[in-house]
Parts: sequence; C-alpha cells; structure tokens
Amino acid sequence: MSTSAGKTKDKESQESGVRGFIFLFFFLGFFVFLIIGWIVFPGLLYSKKKQPIDFNHALHNELVSDGCESCHYFREDGSFSGAPKLAQCIDCHEEVQGEDPEEAKFVEEYVAKEQEVPWLIYSRQPDCVYFSHAAHVKMAEMECSVCHGPIGESEHLKVYEKNRISGYSRDIWGKNIAGMKKNTWDRMKMDDCSECHVRESVRQESVQTEKGPCFVCHK
Amino acid sequence: MKEEHKHKKTRRYGMVIDLDKCTGCGACMVACMAENNVPFREDETDKLLSLTWLRIYRLTNGKPFPETDICYLPRPCMHCEGHHGHSPCVSVCPATVTDYDWETGIVSQIYTRCFGCRYCMAACPYHARYFNWWDPVWPEGMKQYLNPNVSVRMRGVVEKCSFCFPRYQVASEKAHAEGRRELEEEEYQTACTQACPAGAITFGDLNNPKHAVYKLKKSPNAFRLLEKLGTNPKVYYISSREWVRRAGDNYLEHEFKEQKV
Repeated sequence: MSTSAGKTKDKESQESGVRGFIFLFFFLGFFVFLIIGWIVFPGLLYSKKKQPIDFNHALHNELVSDGCESCHYFREDGSFSGAPKLAQCIDCHEEVQGEDPEEAKFVEEYVAKEQEVPWLIYSRQPDCVYFSHAAHVKMAEMECSVCHGPIGESEHLKVYEKNRISGYSRDIWGKNIAGMKKNTWDRMKMDDCSECHVRESVRQESVQTEKGPCFVCHK
Repeated sequence: MKEEHKHKKTRRYGMVIDLDKCTGCGACMVACMAENNVPFREDETDKLLSLTWLRIYRLTNGKPFPETDICYLPRPCMHCEGHHGHSPCVSVCPATVTDYDWETGIVSQIYTRCFGCRYCMAACPYHARYFNWWDPVWPEGMKQYLNPNVSVRMRGVVEKCSFCFPRYQVASEKAHAEGRRELEEEEYQTACTQACPAGAITFGDLNNPKHAVYKLKKSPNAFRLLEKLGTNPKVYYISSREWVRRAGDNYLEHEFKEQKV
C-alpha cells in the first residue's frame, strides 16, 4: 500500500512539474512575442533619416516679424507654400553669417550651388488626401501648432521616420504604436481630422454617413 | 436629417448640354481625360475596357436618306439626386465609397476605399462608371503632365466623372484665403465646359437663379435621360428636335407627351 501511495505522489509531483514547464514556456513565449510585437517590430518598421540641414526654428522665429507665415506663406491663389525654397533663404544667407556649422554647410552645399534643399516633409499625406491650409488657418483661424505641434520653438529638427511598408512619415500614424494620443498634433490620420470636423460640425452633409462628405478631405 | 436639409440653402451643381450646338468633335472628352488623369491604353479598340468619364454617343433617327438626321450626345456622370440623395450607385455601395453631398449635390467617389465589387456599375443606368482593369501606364514623360490636384487610380477600383470636383476645391481655397464662403459662377467650371468650342455645355448651380443653368433647365426643349426611372439626374439636355427628346427615354407610343411651347 505504502509503495503505491508513494508512486502516486511521485506521479503527482511529476505532473505538476510538467504543468509548471508548460506555464513557463507559455508565459516566456507570450512575453517574448509581446516585446517583439510592441518594441522590436515598430523599431524595424521605420527607417530613420536625418534632415539634410539641422534647421533651428527657435532662432529664426525670434528674427522674423510675422511668425510662421514669414517663411511658410500663402500664395496669391490661396495655396500654401509649405517648406521654404532657396529663394527665400538667400536674402540673408548669401554668405555665412554665424558660427553654426549647419549654416556653413547650407551655404556651401546648397546656396553656392544653387540647389534646393531636399527637405523631408513630416506631414506629407497620401495622394488621395486633399488639405487646404487656407480653410483651416484663414477661415477657422486655427493655430499652426494644433496640427504641427510646437515645432516653431524647437532648436533641432527631429529625425524623419519613414514607414518601410507604406512609405509614409511616422507623424501620420503617430509615435504611439497602440494609437493613443495625448496632444492634437500626435497623429494625422483620417480619424483625427474627422474627430475635429464632427466636433466643430464642419459640413455634416453626407447622405451615407450623415457626417462630413468624403469630398471635403479627399480628391 | 431629411427635414433639416429642406430648410438649409443647398447648392446643386449641374449641367445643361445643348445638343443642337454639339458637333461631336470630342474636345470635351479630351479635356476631361487630361484634366482628370484618366488612363488609356495603346489599343483602345475594345470600348468595354476603356475608361471615358465623359463619352459622346451618336444617335440616329433611323430614317432613310432625305430625312436622315444624327445627333451627338455627351454623357458625363449625371450626379443623380434620386429621392433624398439616394442615387442608384450611392444606395448600393457596400463600402461607403460613393457618397452624395448635400452642400454641392455632387456624387463623390473615393478610389482608395473601393474594393472593386462593381455593384455601382451594375446599378448605374447611364453606364457612367468605369472599372480599372489595369494599373495606368503612362507613355514616357507623360507623368510630368498629370494634374496634381487629381489623385490617380490603381487597378481594381471604379471611377467616374466628379464634375471636376478638385477644381471646386481649388476655387474654394482661393475664396477662403480671401475670406469668402461663396463661389462665383465662373470660378468653378468643369474642364469639358471650358473646352467645348461650340459652347454647348453650361455648368453651374441649378438652385441659384443668378447662374445660367437655372434658366436653361426650364426650357421647354429641356429633358433628362431615363427620366422615368426617378434617378433625378442633374444633367439636362436641350434639343429642338422632337426625335432627340424622345430618344432620352424608352417611351412607348402613348407615353411621350410633347410639351407645348
């Protein structure tokens, strides 16, 4: 009797040991793949590129009179100029003025050679998206920072992260891989546009959705 | 919602095409393809496979020589309003690709949402919708000529005339920069309207008494295609010839009533 009881005990301890291993492997695998999915993969998904010149927004903002619109201006037909062209910089930067090596690089490589700076645009949207700066800045009187963040106060340009699959900038999807956002400028996806459009009831005239018609933001 | 729209001032962009002026030259078709980045193929002999947002049809009265008469009929998308904005294609789309906008009265098509079921093509009684069987292939150097305001389509999606909606966006942007919300008649015109050498096409807001189309659509010679279906299209045709007006629908002998001038 005693021997058989010992055997069953042995069996039980063996079984619990096996169960322990299964749990261990399950959680080990679970956490390994969680880390791969949430930390390693997002890192691999984006290729990192530096801007050709490390532009100092804060420094320039102090010197200009008209804020952001001094360089990022509206054209006569209402369209928005976006990133400045060389012609706008050349008035001041015909020759090196300061001691910043980035400025020297800019004058030598671009101004002297009369070549446009290939700026990487953080907020480039897909081809099917229509966005009018005039409607938002002029009509709705929105601040630039609502969508672009406090970029005007930055001293360095951040690294441009390009999605290897879609080719779009990370600023469109947002930094947070779970899709959480704290600030209005954290993301630039369709939901973020429509969130504000619904709240401000911008042309809620669609038959299909009873919200904004598709052609407000698409082309 | 429906009640609300009745009280709101809405625009209904539409077209009046004078078939007596149309010579069938095809300038509108060319202008449309250039404006809207419509792809074409080397071999365009099979018209079932080609894309033509605006297409000219040739009508004949079917009579022998002395009475023979022909009429050319340009056919864009009719931008049907249907009843309460339920145009045939909008009602059937399972993916909310196509939509009716109360503010402009334009039936939109969002190519990136479309998955190519072509239900809308079956629903459209005017054959105004086209399917991209291939990715567009542009002849060398032609990519530089594409209109940047119009997104190009990919294989597997349906496309159609948008009444040159990107032109409305561009005109609105200019108006917004000047602090206006209303557009003038000449600020938003379609490419086909401007290209027509005979001035047969008139475009504007059908609800606005100041626009030319408002008056033209009330002409006793005005008719719409397949009026009986109740699609409530926003493209009107004008012809002084009775057989042309009769050709606008499949009328039975006793059905077609001549309007008194």
